[in-house]
Amino acid sequence: MAFKSIKTLLVSGAVILSGAAGIAYAAGGGTGDYKMKYQDWNFKGAFGSYDPAAMQRGYQVYREVCASCHQLKHVAFRHLGDKGAPFYNKKYPNPNDNPLIKNFAADWMIEDIDSETGDVIERPGIPADKFPPIYPNDAAARGSNGGALPPDLSVIVAARNNGADYLYNLMIAYDAKKPDDVELTPGLYYNPVMDGGKIAMAAPLSDGLVEYAPTMVEDHGEMKEVPAPEATVEQMAADVTEFLAWSADPKMEQRKRTGFMTMIYLLILSILVWFSYKKVWKDVEH
Amino acid sequence: MAETHNSETHNGPDDEGKRDFIHLAAGAAAAGAVGAVAWPLVAQMGKAADTLAAGSIEIDLTKVAEGQQLKMLWRGKPVFVRHRTAAEIAEAENTDISDCPDPQTDDERLVPDNAGNLRPEFLVMVGVCTHFGCVPVGEAGDFDGWYCPCHGSHYDTSGRIRKGPAPTNMAIPPYTYISENVIKVG
Amino acid sequence: MAGHPSTYEPQYAATKWLDQRLPIIRMGADFMTYPSPRNLNYWWTFGGILTLCLAVQIISGIILAMHYVPHVDLAFESVQRIRRDVPFGWLIQPMHAVGASMFFLAVYIHMFRGLYYGSYKAPREMVWLFGCVIYLLMMATGFLGYTLPWGQMSFWGATVITGFFGAVPVVGESLQQWLLGGYAVDNPTLNRFFALHYLLPFVIAAIVGLHVWAMHHAGQNNPIGITPKTKKDTVPFHPFYTVKDAFAVMVFLMIFAFFLFYLPDSLGHADNYIEADPMKTPPHIVPEWYFLPFYAILRAVPDKLAGILLMIAAIVVLFILPWLDTSKVRSMRFRPVARWFFLIFVVMCFILGWCGAGTPDDVAIKLGTKVVEGETVPSGLTFYRLSQIGTIYYFAYFLLILPILGMVETPRKRPDSITQSVLGDDAIVAAE
Repeated sequence: MAFKSIKTLLVSGAVILSGAAGIAYAAGGGTGDYKMKYQDWNFKGAFGSYDPAAMQRGYQVYREVCASCHQLKHVAFRHLGDKGAPFYNKKYPNPNDNPLIKNFAADWMIEDIDSETGDVIERPGIPADKFPPIYPNDAAARGSNGGALPPDLSVIVAARNNGADYLYNLMIAYDAKKPDDVELTPGLYYNPVMDGGKIAMAAPLSDGLVEYAPTMVEDHGEMKEVPAPEATVEQMAADVTEFLAWSADPKMEQRKRTGFMTMIYLLILSILVWFSYKKVWKDVEH
Repeated sequence: MAETHNSETHNGPDDEGKRDFIHLAAGAAAAGAVGAVAWPLVAQMGKAADTLAAGSIEIDLTKVAEGQQLKMLWRGKPVFVRHRTAAEIAEAENTDISDCPDPQTDDERLVPDNAGNLRPEFLVMVGVCTHFGCVPVGEAGDFDGWYCPCHGSHYDTSGRIRKGPAPTNMAIPPYTYISENVIKVG
Repeated sequence: MAGHPSTYEPQYAATKWLDQRLPIIRMGADFMTYPSPRNLNYWWTFGGILTLCLAVQIISGIILAMHYVPHVDLAFESVQRIRRDVPFGWLIQPMHAVGASMFFLAVYIHMFRGLYYGSYKAPREMVWLFGCVIYLLMMATGFLGYTLPWGQMSFWGATVITGFFGAVPVVGESLQQWLLGGYAVDNPTLNRFFALHYLLPFVIAAIVGLHVWAMHHAGQNNPIGITPKTKKDTVPFHPFYTVKDAFAVMVFLMIFAFFLFYLPDSLGHADNYIEADPMKTPPHIVPEWYFLPFYAILRAVPDKLAGILLMIAAIVVLFILPWLDTSKVRSMRFRPVARWFFLIFVVMCFILGWCGAGTPDDVAIKLGTKVVEGETVPSGLTFYRLSQIGTIYYFAYFLLILPILGMVETPRKRPDSITQSVLGDDAIVAAE
């Protein structure tokens, strides 16, 4: 019956649409002639996972470049050594013991109160600390950046539609040609990925800005060395995006693994219940 | 229950009337009590003393360069201080306000300083769209003033509503000039 | 709550003792043996699915409340802490957020089911009315809950919605500030929204009790809308419908799990990962998908108060629906004309949702191009006009089509009983 099939179509369409709406939404464009370069991120997809070597290099880019203005306030140093995190090492199930993590933390100065004198002091960080503020407050941050507030980067990839591609393109798109109708006041730069094409951040990356070293990553229980790639703008942008994608969704790998098991379990369970249903209704026409 | 109904004291028309009155009086008194208890329970949701006390802010107008806008938080809402350009002032003053949904001249939207003069270069208003309270974006919209991103209300360079669903102009907060270049809002 | 003769016989001394004092086991037993029409299809499984949704939301919500901090400076951070540090917080927080969407998905299907099969008609008006109350409370709970993570959409959504109260003539501003506890959405607002968001689900649960009671009292509707006449027309609720509901729940859970594990953010907005900023409104604010059709109705008129009244009317009209539909035939299976109007109604609801997500002045359906100031731009039906068409149809469906159609439409021949429809009439069996 035509009516029946239209109805079925409509319902299945509705279910798919409600999901697709969010995805379709994500596909943002740029201004001007700039064509977004979509990357084939390895953390996308049902089985996608983060690339620890890329994340480690990304942390280096964050530490040496981004961290001069942008905070990671929701991330603690110990998070960097969790399972699924950039610097996970099987030898240190408790990331607080990981010497690498201790070093990263000690690299930052944390404001604290001296418990004996009560004076405000600065001490080296420990793994339990969160990334400290870069500026004492928002007003100071604006003051140092020509009135613009550098956003916190902890969840920046989740806070933009199609965040990974947005962030990657934002960092590589500074060379794009400025259309005539975009007027820039001093302190603003042209970036086609930004809404309106204006950004208060100068191009953060240039070829060879960071000196990449080989990274050590956990691979099937062994630590393996990954050779360092050339530090091009594209490479650094991709690496820091990988790192910030992790910081926005650090439990993604665990979630996807659990999801896979859950789906399999539910599938088997629904087959069992289906047969149970058939058996109960066997002798009853309906 | 049944016994009291049968008891003889309840007979006779006089008693009937007296009993109704007693019930009415008791009921009214109970209703009054309920009301007296309900009032504090309802009123507690109103503005608390500390919220009310978060009173006034002072703004130094010399900090706002021509063509710039300052945003300050006052009572949880942004206050715009716009240092208008000559062109913007001219546009605001030369508008035929009879077409506006909420007719107001530009001068009516300004507060005189201590010497009694209007200072049309400084427009001070509550930067909240009168539709549903979003913060309009400056130097935007069809009338070169403000544009509200929520439901597309267009305001002119005097902050008057010209197009879109907002019913009234952006509000002018109570403010006074406390010196030549400092105003006090609230 | 049963509405049918009890067949429960206590077996043991203890259950006999209890049955004389508090017949609570009898109540449960009567519930399970409730005679249900034998021809209920899968559209009837959403009651069970919704019960599960409510349970998921209440349980995950209580857990989240143990970790969440309702303070403007800490709310956003505490949600991040739940997702990063609280054991299984990464699972329970998205479960609650995705669960809200799933709850609304199920309730909309449940409501369309009721509309198609005439479940609101006599003698089930009370069932429908309590359902409308539940839906209204769900909307309130959903809105209050969306404020709690204190992201940009939370804040500005709360600002816009509480702004509705400001449109009330004369007392509007006082009423709005009383609701907010201040001049704008701020800490007092967040605190009270949290308190109410915690309370309302339990009110919903209580009304669900009344909804089910009213349904058992009046008897369940069924796909042909013919009241069961003999015992042959019904089967006991358990095991027949418990097992059918269980299977439907499994399928529903798979959809739920798919979103929860693989697309947890797809039903929300990226802007809500930005902490609330009272100084800056995001460029494109839209409510959650389940409010979009009402949002489109709100924006379909260019006047503030009229828009709000229209939106309220869109919900009020559901409450009076039982007295608007004049047709004596419940199921649209036997209403050859009404079913097409119903189909258009469903499509219009989707179109309204689409309009709610769009920018009013953008072109929704491109019909050609036009030249504006020397530039060629697409022209055609804007979202604004489209939402007006949708709004008109929405109201016409309830206020004109259903009342008039009931008087002029010739229904198809209906079977005499459920048993006949199941066993006798081949054509109807084929339609199943």
